Parts: sequence; C-alpha cells; structure tokens
Amino acid sequence: MSNGHSGAEQRLVTPGEALGSSSGLRNGSGVVERNGKFFSTKFGYMKNVNSTISVVPTHSSYMPQSGDFVIGYIVEVRSNLWFLHINGPFQGLLPMSLAPWKVEFGESRKHLDIGDAVFARVQEVDESHNVVLTMKGVGLRKIAEGAVEAFPSHLIEIFLGKQNANLQKMREHTNARIIATDNGQIWFDGDVQAMRNVRDLLMQFKGCLNGSELQSMIDNALN
Amino acid sequence: MGGYGDVQLLREDGKRLDGRALDEMRPVSIEVGVLPAAQGSAMVTHGLNVAVAAVYGPMEAHPRKIQRQDRAVIDVRYNMAPFSTSDRIRPGFNRRSQEISKVTAEALESVVLVELYPRSKIRVEIEILAAEAGTRCAGITAATAALADAGIPMRDLMIGVASGKIENIVVLDLDKAEDNYGQADLPAGILPNTGEIAFLQMDGDLSPDEFNLAMEYNFKAAREIHDIMVNALKQKQQRGEA
Repeated sequence: MSNGHSGAEQRLVTPGEALGSSSGLRNGSGVVERNGKFFSTKFGYMKNVNSTISVVPTHSSYMPQSGDFVIGYIVEVRSNLWFLHINGPFQGLLPMSLAPWKVEFGESRKHLDIGDAVFARVQEVDESHNVVLTMKGVGLRKIAEGAVEAFPSHLIEIFLGKQNANLQKMREHTNARIIATDNGQIWFDGDVQAMRNVRDLLMQFKGCLNGSELQSMIDNALN
Repeated sequence: MGGYGDVQLLREDGKRLDGRALDEMRPVSIEVGVLPAAQGSAMVTHGLNVAVAAVYGPMEAHPRKIQRQDRAVIDVRYNMAPFSTSDRIRPGFNRRSQEISKVTAEALESVVLVELYPRSKIRVEIEILAAEAGTRCAGITAATAALADAGIPMRDLMIGVASGKIENIVVLDLDKAEDNYGQADLPAGILPNTGEIAFLQMDGDLSPDEFNLAMEYNFKAAREIHDIMVNALKQKQQRGEA
C-alpha cells in the first residue's frame, strides 16, 4: 500500500492508456497485456520495479490482504460467527474459534453485538475472496473507549510515515493514543483536548488529494 | 423523433441554428473530484447539460440475492433533478430513468474489470442538474470519470456521445431543438483507445451510409472528449501536488 509517487519522473497514466511494448517485461497490478503491448487499467502512477510494470492508483478502496490490521464493525451475528464491515468490498468473517473468549454455540451475541467495533487481523483471504479475521493476538480486542475516524486507506501509509515517524509525531503533538489500521480507520483516545486536537488534524489531512500533499501538510502541522 | 417537415433546423449558410458546423460538438468541460464524500466523483458540462456522478465502493452487495459469485455488479441510478428542465420534473424514478440506469450499468459492466471484485457492488449515482439534450451521454461520461477517480480498474475510458439526422443531413451532438424535431438520434458509448463500442442505441431511421457517417462523427467527438477527460484527471492530481 503505497501511493507510489516519490519522484517527478513517474508517469501519470489513465485507464486504457498504452504503456509501451511488453517484450521482456511482466505486467503487475493495474496493467493488462494486449497484442504485445501493456495498457493501464487504473488512473495512477506507472512503476517499473524488477522488470514488472504496474500502476499504483492515485486513489483506491481498501483490498484486504492476509496479515492486515483492521478495525471492523459487527454487521451480522450468527450462532457461531460474526460478519464485520471492514471498509472493503467484502465483509470479514470472524468465527468464534478465532475470538479471544471461550464462546458457547449460540451465545456469540453476548460477546459482540451489531454495531460493536473491534481491532482484528486478517487471517486469510481465499481465492473466492472470503476474508477470515482473527482476534487472537497482541492488541486485538473489542473497542470500548476512544473514537474512530475514517481516513482514505490509500493514504494510511503516508499518515504512518517511515517506521511510524509521522504517527509518533502526531501522538506527541496531540498527547493522545492513536492507532491507524490498514483499512483506513484511525482510533484515538485521550482527554477532551487531546481528542479535539486529533480530530481537527484528521479533518485537515483527510482533504488531501495525494500522498505528497499529505506529507507536506503533516510536516507543516506537526513540526 | 419522426421529423417535422415545417421546422427549419439548418440556416441558409449550411450551419445549424446555434452556429455550429455539422460535425461540431457543443463545448465540453469536465471536473473531477467534486464531491468529497464519494470514493470518486466528476461533473460534466456538455453544452447546457450538467451531469454529476458519484461512485461508492466496491462494497458488499446487499441484498445477497443480487450478488454474483464471479464478479461485481454495477448498480447505476440515473436521475434528473426536478429543476433540470424548464418544466418541473416529478421527482423520483420513472420508466425513462430506469431504462437509462439499466443500459448505463450494462455498458459500464463491459468496461470495468468486474471480475476482480466477486460478490461485491459498485454504486454509481448520476444526477442530471441541467438538461438540454444528450443527458444519457453526459451521464455516461461523468460516470466514467468518477470511476477512474475512484481507482476502479477499467479497460478504457468510455465516452458518451451522440449523432443524429436533421433535415436529411447527419450532424454531430444534437441540441434540444434538433433532438425534438430531428429525424434520428444515435447515442453511443465509445472506448477511444480500443476502438470498441460498449453502448449503442438508435432512435429514428438511418441508412447504412448515414449510420457510418454518424458513427464516424461519434468516434471523432469521443476522441476529443477523451482528451478533455484525461486532462481533467491529471489536473486534479496536479492540483494536489501544487
């Protein structure tokens, strides 16, 4: 998950645009091959890494991947599992065997009910796009305090910064506890002033059109 | 659209009533990213038409019975605002908006790489704020720009354009008088890079030669609008980098 825009040499391309001959090259994400030529399928920046041509979209929705750390909301409860909205094209499925509690069959609603928010991790995404979540792991829990704000998921990596540098700066600047997840959800908690500070900054950052604008806005606001 | 013999739609100098040449389209402008709450959005001004499109998703398709196990469904809702024409339009869905929503969704499904998002739904809302003639084409163009803005993968950018026949002459991009009193209308959804046609309708009669000329005009206009759309998308990105 990168905005892919790290230099002026990168070419901005639109869907259907010819990217050149495919000879000796492989097509990656956002690129299709037709008649010996590569064509873009997304609006974004063209990248050539290890002879693989790909297009990193300027804007995209969250696509769950194995290992992602997410905040999900319970939207459906069954006797032995929960369905969660994880801000993606597919709902996440949390079986009771992967919950942190011992859950009796038919008593799932006692632990998590519709509308509850949880920290979870994507355990597996199979080929038919079933997203299995787990709550077994450090820091994975039901969210009982603080607030959650949605953030563009394609900008989360910039929001975090290299080795979480931006996030750390924001924590120090606002004096709040902040956790950002891969599916574009930001949880924060603290006293009233700290919460207000975080919310104000997030509102400001959310209006950014791309990663470079967000980075300069973070630099201006937090330095 | 049967033609009205007593309505003059061409001037004596051979130009149309609004001064355009036969193969000249109305001015087109496109702005991308106009609605902050949407995943992607665009506003298209085509002559006096104003169409705004917003894209949400991909998201889980509900109710589950509409899900397709192998691909996403595109849910299009085309609507004309009550104030979009001089006579107030009764708000809400009607037969015409249902038909346009359906054909637009089918056209978009052949352009968007729907197989990448099985069981999900991509919601496209098209709102016509001002209508002159050719709102379905303006809506298709706006929907395409909004889908590109939302980062939805597509084979090409689809452009909505229309040609028609007035006074037995083929012309590009009918305005309101030409649409009301002309003899034929040929709206199309064109993929300029691949040269494919994703959507085609015909109202009225055209001979094979007239049809070919009308499609030639449509392709020419589609390439022009495609360039405008590409510039609009790139401008939005550069706006953020400035």
